[in-house]
Amino acid sequence: MTTTQQTPHHSPDDEPEEQNDSWRGYAEEGNDELSRATTVRLQKHSRKLLGELLRPYHKMIWLLVVIVLVENGARLAVPYLVSLGIDKGIPPIIASKHGLAGEGSQTLVTVVLVVFASALIQAFARQLFLMRSGRLGQTILLGLRRRVFDHFQRLSPSFHDKYTSGRVISRLTSDVDVIDEMLRTGFDGLVTALLTLVGTAVLLLVLDLQLGLIALLSFPALFMITRWFRRRSAIVYRRTREAVVLVIVHFVESMGGIRAVQAFRREPRNEEIFYDVNDKYREANLESFRINAIFMPSIKGVGNITIVAILAYGGWQAYHGHVTVGVLTAFLLYLRQFFEPLQDISQFYNTFLSASAALEKLSGVLNEKPDVAEPVKPAKPPAHTRGHLELRDVQFQYVDGVRVLPGLQLDVPAGQTLALVGTTGAGKTTIAKLVARFYDPTGGHVLLDGIDLRDLTEDDLRDRVVMVTQENFLFTGTVADNIRFGKPTATMDEIVDAAKVIGAHDFIMALPDGYETAVAKRGSRLSAGQRQLVAFARAFLADPAVLILDEATSSLDIPSERLIQRALRTILDDRTAIVIAHRLSTVETADRVIVLEHGRIIEDGAPSTLITTGGNYAGLHQAWEDSLA
Amino acid sequence: MPSEQPVQAPSIAAPSSRTTPRRSQNLWRLRPYLRPHKWRLLIMFSTAILGVGVGLSVPLVTRAIIDGPVTRREIDLLLPLGLLALGLSISEVLLVWVRRWAQSRAVSDLEAALRNDLYIRLQALPMEFHNRWQSGQLLSRVTADLSTIRRFMGFGLLFLVINILQLVVVTVLLLRLYWPLGVVVLVAAAPIIVVSLQFEKKYLAISRLVQDQQGDLATRIEESAVGFRVIKAFGRREHVKQQFDDGAVKLYDTSVDKVRLSARFWTFLGVIPNLTLVIVLLLGALAVGREAITLGTLVAFITLMLSLIWPVSSLGTILAMAQEAMTSADRISEILDTESTITDGPDELVNPRGHLRFENVSFRFSPDSADVLHHIDLDLAPGTTLALVGATGSGKTTLTSLVPRLYDVTGGRITIDGHDVRDLTTRSLRSAVASAFDDPTLFSMSARENITLGRPEATEADVQQALEIAQATFANDLPWGLETRVGEQGMSLSGGQRQRLALARAVLARPSVLVLDDTLSALDVHTEALVEEALRNVLAETTGIVVAHRASTVMLADQVALLENGTITAVGTHQELLATVPAYRQLLAAEEEEVHA
Ligand SMILES: Nc1ncnc2c1ncn2[C@@H]1O[C@H](COP(=O)(O)OP(=O)(O)OP(=O)(O)O)[C@@H](O)[C@H]1O
Ligand SMILES: Nc1ncnc2c1ncn2[C@@H]1O[C@H](COP(=O)(O)OP(=O)(O)OP(=O)(O)O)[C@@H](O)[C@H]1O
Ligand SMILES: [Mg+2]
Repeated sequence: MTTTQQTPHHSPDDEPEEQNDSWRGYAEEGNDELSRATTVRLQKHSRKLLGELLRPYHKMIWLLVVIVLVENGARLAVPYLVSLGIDKGIPPIIASKHGLAGEGSQTLVTVVLVVFASALIQAFARQLFLMRSGRLGQTILLGLRRRVFDHFQRLSPSFHDKYTSGRVISRLTSDVDVIDEMLRTGFDGLVTALLTLVGTAVLLLVLDLQLGLIALLSFPALFMITRWFRRRSAIVYRRTREAVVLVIVHFVESMGGIRAVQAFRREPRNEEIFYDVNDKYREANLESFRINAIFMPSIKGVGNITIVAILAYGGWQAYHGHVTVGVLTAFLLYLRQFFEPLQDISQFYNTFLSASAALEKLSGVLNEKPDVAEPVKPAKPPAHTRGHLELRDVQFQYVDGVRVLPGLQLDVPAGQTLALVGTTGAGKTTIAKLVARFYDPTGGHVLLDGIDLRDLTEDDLRDRVVMVTQENFLFTGTVADNIRFGKPTATMDEIVDAAKVIGAHDFIMALPDGYETAVAKRGSRLSAGQRQLVAFARAFLADPAVLILDEATSSLDIPSERLIQRALRTILDDRTAIVIAHRLSTVETADRVIVLEHGRIIEDGAPSTLITTGGNYAGLHQAWEDSLA
Repeated sequence: MPSEQPVQAPSIAAPSSRTTPRRSQNLWRLRPYLRPHKWRLLIMFSTAILGVGVGLSVPLVTRAIIDGPVTRREIDLLLPLGLLALGLSISEVLLVWVRRWAQSRAVSDLEAALRNDLYIRLQALPMEFHNRWQSGQLLSRVTADLSTIRRFMGFGLLFLVINILQLVVVTVLLLRLYWPLGVVVLVAAAPIIVVSLQFEKKYLAISRLVQDQQGDLATRIEESAVGFRVIKAFGRREHVKQQFDDGAVKLYDTSVDKVRLSARFWTFLGVIPNLTLVIVLLLGALAVGREAITLGTLVAFITLMLSLIWPVSSLGTILAMAQEAMTSADRISEILDTESTITDGPDELVNPRGHLRFENVSFRFSPDSADVLHHIDLDLAPGTTLALVGATGSGKTTLTSLVPRLYDVTGGRITIDGHDVRDLTTRSLRSAVASAFDDPTLFSMSARENITLGRPEATEADVQQALEIAQATFANDLPWGLETRVGEQGMSLSGGQRQRLALARAVLARPSVLVLDDTLSALDVHTEALVEEALRNVLAETTGIVVAHRASTVMLADQVALLENGTITAVGTHQELLATVPAYRQLLAAEEEEVHA
């Protein structure tokens, strides 16, 4: 028996694993170092993803650009108008000495009115922009959430085995949050930045070519600084994303297993571990803040120096009468308007880069293909499945080199109830999972009514085959919700009937709110046996052609189990069933028993005949009888 | 699956029940986390204030250049003034750099320290708390809420102070430049304050809603990930997606509401300075016309005024940030304020013998529900083993979890060697009691680490012996032997293998009280027999409670207690109970009713 927990071989995100932490144990790890090629590939993918996310809204985006243009036009007009007012509006007033009542005031009044109008336009456009872009951002985010969530649900169990739930959670929460932050703040900032950049540059050139050219000299410097920042932060933000995953994984796991943590005094050790991963995250964060601490002031520095240069040179020019005081003033105002928001724009740029790192991770996930693929040309199964199962020469291994099933032949006629028994780890659950197509066999075929499972669409298959797994997971919600999970369209009566058949009705009615009692986290409101009953009722409600019961009654007391057996006899009458049980009382209700050892069938026959042949099953049965009383 | 009403969602401390003054306090009380960084904070604030001062003096130099060298044609002043401007500009940059550098360390430490403390706190909180709280709500608190607070402490708070300072200083400067215009600017501040206060209230409510909904969504995400195999097995992808979608759309709607609210506020903040500018321009022109001020003064005045636009309009973002940080602090405080009901007692349990007594114990999960257990009296002499038999849901697991104080009794008491378990330190109590639970939890770490959970100092021989007893020697054959990581929830092991590792863990702890809660349910009959054989020796030396559904397991015990309707109705040996108690006979299926039908 061999198992490993591995991180994915070609994992979309090769999280750094500390090999020196021996407590984690060893497992086949993915390649830690992100090769250059992978990085480039990831960046390409994430850019593609971004494109796909934005494409449906390109009309809206253009509209937003127009709105921003108007807003910025209005905003940029203000300093220009002010300079106009100072240059053209005020001198006549000084000359006429009559204040606003005089003749010369017309220009000034016009200018003031235009400033007023542009203030209103700016406000209107701003409001419109904030609203529209905010909603657009949320729409994109909603789309992204849906997409990633759905993709995770489509991926195969083997992917989830390796990826672990903590990572799924961190992708869908922490990574999406970072993107949310960018969409909330970054979009506004970046669009404004670009427009301000271009707009100011043009205006400056128009106002005065020479001064404008000096101002433009700052652009290459800004460009260089930004490029440096982008390179550095790409690395750092990737590290941040990876570090936060470890934090979340550890957090989720220790809170999920809190009972064992407390009972075995795991707290101090967990604290150490958490401190460790948390500290790594802190370090990554610190580094990202630090490169920001260099980046932001540098941008500001370029701005300041440019302003001083213009001031000195412009002052010189104005002294010689080459430029007017008004132009110089306008110039300084524009430069200010350019560099002042730029500080915050670089902040936005920063969230943008951080979001790109998250987007990379998400696009990595979206690029994962399910190992268990949907068929290209799905076969059309008959509407009424009979449930004839066939395993032809099925081989299977979880890990290379360790065969769990070396080659299994099994034919289960429609309507038969087949029991699988055998030592633990013999491969019973594995067979069940192959029939439910959690995995595809590494060799051979699994057929349902003569159709290879690989040719069935997932929906067709799940309509026909339902499995009650060993870990009977309950979801947050009421008891009724959890039973209804088997058939979302079920009425309350159907739910109650299902519970009655299984023998769960009585205990449910004894709960404070009956069927509407919330089961609390992971069903912790219920006892282990009660959870199993609910899980059983949910499978019963699903009413599939093929029902797989994997240790579905292991935690029940014997009377409840008896009740279920009685029910099973009618439930399983008209359908194919695979029953895995260590309790032979359950097995005895089956039409046929298979004894499994190391993935091979060693005995096969009706329970009543197998008892008499004195083989392995007979031994098991004897031991079972002895265990009873 | 969850279709729970939003009411039950945040599951604790109804948000609306909190009053406003309380809210800001929650953020304020986080200040001890900043204490280690007081020098950094001092640097942050002083460089920030200096930076504002320097930034503000640049326009004054501008004025000097325009008024002096240009207007009054004092060209020799151009060079010194230019150099002054350059010096000021560069020092402004340096100040920003120093401030950010100091701030980086302070805020990243703050976030990490808070997260650590929350984690420690959460681990210490009792099971009752963990059952009640949705996992996603906890997760969103240690991730999203903490970054919100970090962001506010780093940028928001600083800029809030700086912006306000800048507003005040600029206004004073404006007043001094030319007071009538200054007054105009001052008056314009009034509507800003009024609207800000209104905004604050609304925004608080909506950001709380958003953050709670994010937590709910996180719960769904977590369940969809952890319950993935069940969803797959039933083919309920669409169903689950629909539910996720409902949550996501709800979040979308509130987020859009939030956007709408802030859009209005921010626009308002943007428009006020512009309108003021109109008035100032008009009045300024008049003043220049009357020669009350020079043209240079008006230019400087307007330049200064324009430098107000940014601080005012960014005030919107910062106030929003502050509200969110307060909400986050509230949410975090809900955890920090939860008192752990299970606290250490004063006594140490030294060399425990394992004399376990239940004295008239009763238990209920919440004060307003009925007793799950009542009038439980049991006396387990050191070295004896008690089998606990009862129907599904009769309270066996509950009874056993009272011993290591996963829950506290609500009536009567439990003693070990004469000490009430509540008088003992949890550490010494829990090292004396080890349990194997009905659902075996394995952590994502090496098999060895999993097994030695209760006794990290165990030797290799001890480990091997425990594996032997639990029939779990397969662990040695894993690819890296005992150093192999067994995965999330031990998912890559078979059910029986997991259960045996969990059993080995309990056995290895060498407790004086060993609790086995239906730990053999996933084992085949042969393996079970082997384990039982080995367990017999272990149980001979310790006090044991064995929860059993089958006679073979019951045989491990010296005594059997039958749990019915929340209390022990019969105690005796297996044979005695079989002979005298029909309910017992029925539970253990000794009554052969139609097994072979
Ligand atoms: N996801 C997995 N990855 C790697 N190995 C696995 C995985 N799942 C199961 N195995 C291994 O495959 C073998 C067969 O496991 P399986 O779950 O089929 O056993 P089983 O017969 O159902 O046992 P049990 O009665 O204990 O449930 C075991 O050795 C197990 O460790
Ligand atoms: N957290 C909880 N809050 C409220 N009631 C609970 C909680 N946990 C369990 N219960 C109820 O308490 C009763 C006893 O549960 P317990 O888990 O102790 O049963 P059990 O005897 O161990 O059953 P099983 O054999 O199925 O494991 C059950 O009826 C259950 O519904
Ligand atoms: Mg139990």
